[in-house]
Amino acid sequence: MAVDRRASPKGLGSRLIAVSAASFMALFVVLPLTLIFQQAFADGVSRYLAAIADPETLDAIWLTLLIAAIAVPLNTLFGVAAAWCIAKFSFPGKNILVTILDLPLSVSPVIAGMVFVLLFGAQGWFGPALAAHNLKIIFAFPGLVLATLFVTLPYVARQLIPLMLQIGRDEEEAAIVLGAGGLRTFLRVTLPNIKWGLIYGVLLCNARAMGEFGAVAVVSGHITGVTVTMPLQVEIFYNDYHTVAAFAVASLLSLLGLLTLLLRRWLEVEGRGAVGAGMKGLPT
Amino acid sequence: MQRFSFLCLLACLAVAGLAPSFDAHAGTTLLNVSYSPTRELYDEFNKAFAAHWKSESGQSVTINTSYGGSGSQARAVINGLEADVVTLALASDIDAIAAKTHLLPTNWQSRLPDHSAPYTSTIVFLVRSGNPKQIHDWPDLIRPGVKVITPNPKTSGGARWNFLAAWAYALGANHGDEAKAQAFVTALFRNVPILDSSAADATSTFVQRRQGDVLLAWENEALLARAEVGSDKVEIVEPSISILAEPTVAVVDGIADRHGTRKAAEAYLRYLYAPDGQEIAAKHFYRPRDPAILAHYAKTFPKLDLVTIDAFGGWPAAQAKFFADGGVFDQIYTPGR
Amino acid sequence: MTVSANEGSSFRFGRRDALPGFSPTLGLTLFYLALLVLLPLSALVVSASGMRWHQALAYLATPRVISAFRVSFGISLAAALINGVAGLLVAWALVRYEFPGRRILDGIVDLPFALPTAVAGISLATLYGDTGWIGGLFAPFGIEIAYTRLGIFVALLFVGLPYVIRTVQPVLAELEVEAQEAALTLGATSRQIFRRVLWPPLVPALLTGIAMAFARGVGEYGSMIFIAGNRPGLSEIVPLLIVVKLEEFDYAGASVLAVAMLFASALILLAINLLQSWERRRHGG
Repeated sequence: MAVDRRASPKGLGSRLIAVSAASFMALFVVLPLTLIFQQAFADGVSRYLAAIADPETLDAIWLTLLIAAIAVPLNTLFGVAAAWCIAKFSFPGKNILVTILDLPLSVSPVIAGMVFVLLFGAQGWFGPALAAHNLKIIFAFPGLVLATLFVTLPYVARQLIPLMLQIGRDEEEAAIVLGAGGLRTFLRVTLPNIKWGLIYGVLLCNARAMGEFGAVAVVSGHITGVTVTMPLQVEIFYNDYHTVAAFAVASLLSLLGLLTLLLRRWLEVEGRGAVGAGMKGLPT
Repeated sequence: MQRFSFLCLLACLAVAGLAPSFDAHAGTTLLNVSYSPTRELYDEFNKAFAAHWKSESGQSVTINTSYGGSGSQARAVINGLEADVVTLALASDIDAIAAKTHLLPTNWQSRLPDHSAPYTSTIVFLVRSGNPKQIHDWPDLIRPGVKVITPNPKTSGGARWNFLAAWAYALGANHGDEAKAQAFVTALFRNVPILDSSAADATSTFVQRRQGDVLLAWENEALLARAEVGSDKVEIVEPSISILAEPTVAVVDGIADRHGTRKAAEAYLRYLYAPDGQEIAAKHFYRPRDPAILAHYAKTFPKLDLVTIDAFGGWPAAQAKFFADGGVFDQIYTPGR
Repeated sequence: MTVSANEGSSFRFGRRDALPGFSPTLGLTLFYLALLVLLPLSALVVSASGMRWHQALAYLATPRVISAFRVSFGISLAAALINGVAGLLVAWALVRYEFPGRRILDGIVDLPFALPTAVAGISLATLYGDTGWIGGLFAPFGIEIAYTRLGIFVALLFVGLPYVIRTVQPVLAELEVEAQEAALTLGATSRQIFRRVLWPPLVPALLTGIAMAFARGVGEYGSMIFIAGNRPGLSEIVPLLIVVKLEEFDYAGASVLAVAMLFASALILLAINLLQSWERRRHGG
């Protein structure tokens, strides 16, 4: 990190830049956010609360939480494992591996949803086999989890890999030499070093998992109360003249987003810049 | 160690959460896969049917529903969405399910009265209050500067009824000249700025997002919109000629049998024809088949000059000619204006 | 994300590494990726091959498809470029200046990352619609924003902005202030300092940020369905076209489109990786 030598903008050019920057952000980022809350509370607080307490909304919230509760830990486990072998070792084909790992980020979410329909739909590769055993994947909960797993796969790994690369393997090697076992080394040496990056990766993964729309829309089946997640519920309310309800649910998701941002700020202060080392290329 | 126990806790939560979805319902569950404008109708109908079924058979029944563009919903069923019954916008979509999955026989339509259409509707125009663009009939839709909202016929059932109604008018006005009819619909779609995927989306675009000057809508959607936002915002214009739109319903035999819900599913559809069901349909702006109830709601449902799908040779012929790949609709859509 | 070679011993079959855990973690990683990424994507490729080569190419050459690609890629590029300029401005202001609200601004930059796309979609559609806060300002002049290409552009500006800012910001921050001050004392003008000292290391970072915003914009769906007009030939984007094809039972067509998009995305990804390698080599880390 370079020396932090900021100064107040002096001179017309600098002032202009600062003002333009602030205006651009206000126009394009702050305004939409404000609108969400304004629309959500347009009919008063009681209507807002009623919209949240609506059984459809509660079902959607529960479903969203459940999906995240499964997808995020799985992807975290994967992320840690992937980061370990990629960052601490050298082997042929590593770059290919990393590119594959990145693929879900660059694939449009509708494609992500579509491929699972191709695999598990009744007309798909595994369709007949699944039907024979009466297993439902697409248009049921497992399909939602799979689609979410796919789109949030890289987040934790992407945070950890550059971080662990930066840290190197000296400390771990020292621990091994001193006689610590593998797991112990990981828990006592690696984990504390990557703590903040890991948490941030999990946060991002979670925010994305709960907010995913495109992929889930394709595999959902839109069964009210059963396979409708919060983002899908926003769309349904919106198209049904229930504008306040739509924005109410949207406001909940926005709060989640804001919370993620706040936590990141706090983590940055704690981790002194370790966070965000690999933060590139994200959601949809 | 702590992480491990945390993961275990999550796993338990997950299992606990999944339990309800493993059909632990005491009683039957039906899935009704429907098309987008019927949400309010089935919200009320499902409650009525559940009460009726309880009193008739002593069993309790839970009815889940799914809504979307009719074509999209048919696709979902083909892909494995386990509908016990389908209540879609047109017979052609259910034909597609029968043909591609063999989950119901190809003669499904004759199993229920009135070609399996317990209620009907038609196509009308919804315009802004005061009708500022003076839209009174079909020719007004192709005037320059008029913006028409209609959904995509490839995905929406309502859009297909819209298209055929327009075609029927143009054919009649041009003494059967098909080339001129095609020119008319081409001009019509030139005036369409947005193609939504379902009838409900299109209605929302017109009413809530205030796009366009006229919406080609299901009559029930138009009536619902007027009731929701008020006649000071929108008004309904009846065209000189329209089409008798018959949304059809069917039990999906293969799935109902697998779920053991056949009896409940059949009763569910038959209840649509019963006076209670017909009354609910009429209340939600669908034209009931029952003449007594229709007479009761005569004020809501004016008499219109209607052609039927038979004028087009039935749905299989119409679908192939107009909406299949390379059909009339594909031909008229020229991009990059 | 390329991985540079500063980690330890290379893997040799049979030779034990100092660090344990290689096999199990690699095994898990490969298994997971194969199951969740390779398998689904190969299904896509196979499905696309339901159409033969010349059929697929002919299909991709139809006016509607070409138009969709033009809209998707063209507008994404335009939005990414504007974001490049605006992002640079914002990053500059954030790094170099201190002003009230700077911290808040810095936090808000990440908002499009953290906000679900459907939420962004309805918000932008309402904001830029005819009666919206901003759309309403332009409506009297006959300028429509929502449901036109302009609306797509605005939405892509929103989703792409953080990519540029967050890529440029660290580079800007790291530029040694001392180097600039040294140049100053040696008599360089502000303009010279900018051109010779600041700009060269910025270029790769800026390009990377623009490329990422572009890649993101091309695949964007959630916000698009609320604000794009979806009119074939005019305001229809490729992801939407894919969904339309899906809903028409045209799996082969949808898969061909998806593969074409994937291919383009892979090219972009490759370009990004190369750019980043270049950046590392030029800038020395």
